[in-house]
Amino acid sequence: MIEVLNVTKRYGELTAIDRVSFRVEKGEVLAFLGPNGAGKTTTMRILTCFMPATEGTARVAGFDCFDQPQEVKRRVGYLPETPPLYQELTVTEYLTFTGRLKGMSAKDLRNGLDRVVERLSIGDVRHRLIANLSRGYKQRVGLAQALLHDPPVLILDEPTVGLDPKQIIEIRDLIKSLAGSHTVILSTHILPEATAVCQRVVIISGGRIVAEDTPDRLSARLRRSEKISVTVKHPTADMAAQLRALTGIVGVFEQDHGTFLLESELGRDIRDDIARLIVGQGWGLLELRTIAMTLEDVFLRLTQHEEGLEAALASEGATT
Amino acid sequence: MTPVHALVAKELRSYFVSPVVYVVGAVFLMIFGVLSYLAVVNAGAQAIRLMQMQGAAAQLNLNDLVFRPTFYSMALIVLLILPLLTMRLVAEERKLRTFELLMTSPIKLHEIIIAKFLSVYLVYLGLLALTGLVPLILSIFSSFDWNSVFTGYLAMALLGALFLATGVLASSMTENQIVAAFLSFGLLILVWLLGAFGGIIGDTPLGNTFSYVSFIEHYDRLVRGLVEAKDLMYYASGIVLMLFLAHRVVESQRWK
Repeated sequence: MIEVLNVTKRYGELTAIDRVSFRVEKGEVLAFLGPNGAGKTTTMRILTCFMPATEGTARVAGFDCFDQPQEVKRRVGYLPETPPLYQELTVTEYLTFTGRLKGMSAKDLRNGLDRVVERLSIGDVRHRLIANLSRGYKQRVGLAQALLHDPPVLILDEPTVGLDPKQIIEIRDLIKSLAGSHTVILSTHILPEATAVCQRVVIISGGRIVAEDTPDRLSARLRRSEKISVTVKHPTADMAAQLRALTGIVGVFEQDHGTFLLESELGRDIRDDIARLIVGQGWGLLELRTIAMTLEDVFLRLTQHEEGLEAALASEGATT
Repeated sequence: MTPVHALVAKELRSYFVSPVVYVVGAVFLMIFGVLSYLAVVNAGAQAIRLMQMQGAAAQLNLNDLVFRPTFYSMALIVLLILPLLTMRLVAEERKLRTFELLMTSPIKLHEIIIAKFLSVYLVYLGLLALTGLVPLILSIFSSFDWNSVFTGYLAMALLGALFLATGVLASSMTENQIVAAFLSFGLLILVWLLGAFGGIIGDTPLGNTFSYVSFIEHYDRLVRGLVEAKDLMYYASGIVLMLFLAHRVVESQRWK
């Protein structure tokens, strides 16, 4: 349904995304995961024909984003990073306007309006001015706009940002319910969100795709350890065994003569224990450094705990 | 309802829920009223003088004494007021990121530009229609040539359209509404002054070109009651050029 092939976007000197390629099949929900500034929004803007790519091709529903933008736009519902709301209109006026803008007939519009108002539970605020709505309602009105004409493809840029935990759960359930009938790409910088909602995850960092897989397999690839490289001058035969005996060490691998790769438990810094042992034994410490792996580095930044959300999930589980 | 209709309707609604149209409209109507009132008072004074000199009631020409001076003065007023109506059209959408919605909807860029122009033009024509009260009231007390009043209104409608198209161009160049308003002031005054330069240089190719580019000469002839194809062409091509440039400006920004 969505095909991106070697797409590059440069803003002057700055390369925002660099030869990005991926595919999304019909009915699939794909998460676009990456830290802020990774190129998520840029990719989405190219897919929605907001801006052209510098190189490469993007196709949505079989239509090229550059050659047939009108066909693409008709089939895509898009929620930008900042919900595009007109403060001076009421919710109904706004949704009516966006529906007409998308070329909906009066009958489709009436049905669509009732459907999204119910689905996003914004019935209470239908006749209120958008300017007076809370952040959560504004986000939902923006989402209603994207869903209104029931497009086969949905592109949602950080759809749960600024919502409270209860609303986040509602929106995630809504997106999950779209799977199968709709093709969805959503961007997020929170790993648990991607694993909760999506069948497949593309991880983007620094404008490049660094990994692409199902959430389960990605988690398996994420080693729950920290790596330290140690080089000594005079290694002894029992050195590996002595290092392994330190508390917190999970694995010891000899890489070279005198160079060892140590794995320790995640979130535990035992570099000073290692240094003390090496110096005490007189092995002659030459080098001691932690190793940052690109993919894992990205993961570490993404694996934020959603404390408020976990609490809300727990209380919801308790009440039902 | 097509997307263009929908956008025009939305723009009109946005205009009338904000105070801008009411304030700008009130000032515009007040100035038109005061200018025409002063012209009528002046015409009355002249009538009294003529009567004392000739001893008989002279037939005064209201077209010359009231409408023409008012329309001339209104050209400057319109130049000062219309940029305040156009400044928000594209700049505000950019600033509030709602432009992303328009640009990702199945409406073409030229349709967006035309809808924006049409909506503000309808507002302006509405204001212009309200000033029609002045000739209507005067027609109760006096008689004058309606034809040249109509060409005066045609002149104002065309001049306004050109100014508004220039305003759309200025608004598409920036995110800042104040900058947009000043850009259109600057552009319009520059074009106006070209006419003055043309007058100084005189009847040379350069002088004639300057005079032609400026709107004074074309406005003049229409206000005097002369409807010529070349003047209509001037306005039509000016409006199309400004809107085309606005289209190019927005399009080029997509590529940056």
